[in-house]
Amino acid sequence: MLDADFDYLRNYLKERSGLSLSAEKRYLVDSRLGPICRRFSLTGVPDLVTKLRQGRDRALETAVVEAMTTNETFFFRDKTPFDIFRETILPQMLSARAGKRKLRIWCAAASSGQEPYSLAMILDEARAKLSGWQIEIIATDIAAEVLEKAKAGVYTQFEVQRGLPIQMLLKYFQQKGDAWHISPAIKSMVTFKQMNLIKDFSQLGQFDVIYCRNVLIYFDQPTKTDVLRRLSSALAPDGVVLLGAAETVIGLSDALAPHPAHRGLYVASGKGAAGRGTADPAAAGADKIRVPSGGLRIAAGG
Amino acid sequence: MKHCLIVDDSAVIRKVARRILEGLSFRTSEAEDGEQALQRCRSEMPDAVLLDWNMPVMDGYSFLKALRELPGGEAPKVVFCTTENDVGNIARAMRAGADEYIMKPFDKEIMTAKMQEVGLV
Repeated sequence: MLDADFDYLRNYLKERSGLSLSAEKRYLVDSRLGPICRRFSLTGVPDLVTKLRQGRDRALETAVVEAMTTNETFFFRDKTPFDIFRETILPQMLSARAGKRKLRIWCAAASSGQEPYSLAMILDEARAKLSGWQIEIIATDIAAEVLEKAKAGVYTQFEVQRGLPIQMLLKYFQQKGDAWHISPAIKSMVTFKQMNLIKDFSQLGQFDVIYCRNVLIYFDQPTKTDVLRRLSSALAPDGVVLLGAAETVIGLSDALAPHPAHRGLYVASGKGAAGRGTADPAAAGADKIRVPSGGLRIAAGG
Repeated sequence: MKHCLIVDDSAVIRKVARRILEGLSFRTSEAEDGEQALQRCRSEMPDAVLLDWNMPVMDGYSFLKALRELPGGEAPKVVFCTTENDVGNIARAMRAGADEYIMKPFDKEIMTAKMQEVGLV
């Protein structure tokens, strides 16, 4: 691959997805774009770059961005962020929101759905305390292909074994041949939507809990700062943000501060933009998102 | 150091499992069938048992029921590791006292996640 082609792809991906492709990641271009070349009957990456430069093939443009973004995920990934949700965030929110009985959660890089479904399962386990609550889980991702998989809620044997306790597999999935289908009740708790984090997401409204894990690591410093600033604007004043273990706000945002007791958990510092976004999600246009009527329908399990 | 007894009639599977578990800082011992595994447990009760289902002499399901009857036999965390991937058999194993279940084929990540789930990693 010519240096000029690599530089073009770097800029192209940066502009469209925020992905910062370092020179050390050059090998990824061949390994991930090779299958795209074959799919679109192109002779190789130089041919692909030529097509991109012409700017006439939307399907190719989408396929390139999706192929270069990382979609690795699994149920209850890293365990701790979900233990924190179950043991700390949820009890605090149940107390703080006891009047309104509303809770809005956003998984900002939902990939194939394991993260939002993990949260939905935790909420279902706590359903005795959530009677009468309206809970929304909005799950977004830049990649349409993985979102389709997420919406289908169908996983391989390998995928359901990565992080999902066996009792939850038995309770929330149905085996059909080699595939495992998540229960309709859990599926109905999550609303999926395609969303590019480097673009305006204020129409989603305000959230109490934001999971934005393992996506900032792919952005350069100015993009991280910009995304964190807008994330904090979308956060309720007493809301929380969860980032990946290798991610931080330090040096990037003063609107969020690390929680003293939980690594990866961030709270509004009061210094920046947190809670200053549009307070009413409906007014902000969140009513345009397809949300199951009545918000969370607590699943019966089985 | 936690002790895991690996019970499988396949020497290859025992070797793969041993490497992964030793990488997770387990001390390991091995048995080729349920009967041998029971003898090992009578002389030294392990912290965990990684258990195949289909084995000669005594299968994993029978071993599990016999283990839970032994003095101290309720203590080890039992993780099935088997090609018996039918949901009915998984539920049966869990009712019989298994703590976790791995459907073969498996890899290091799956083994690690399951050992974390039973609180041994």
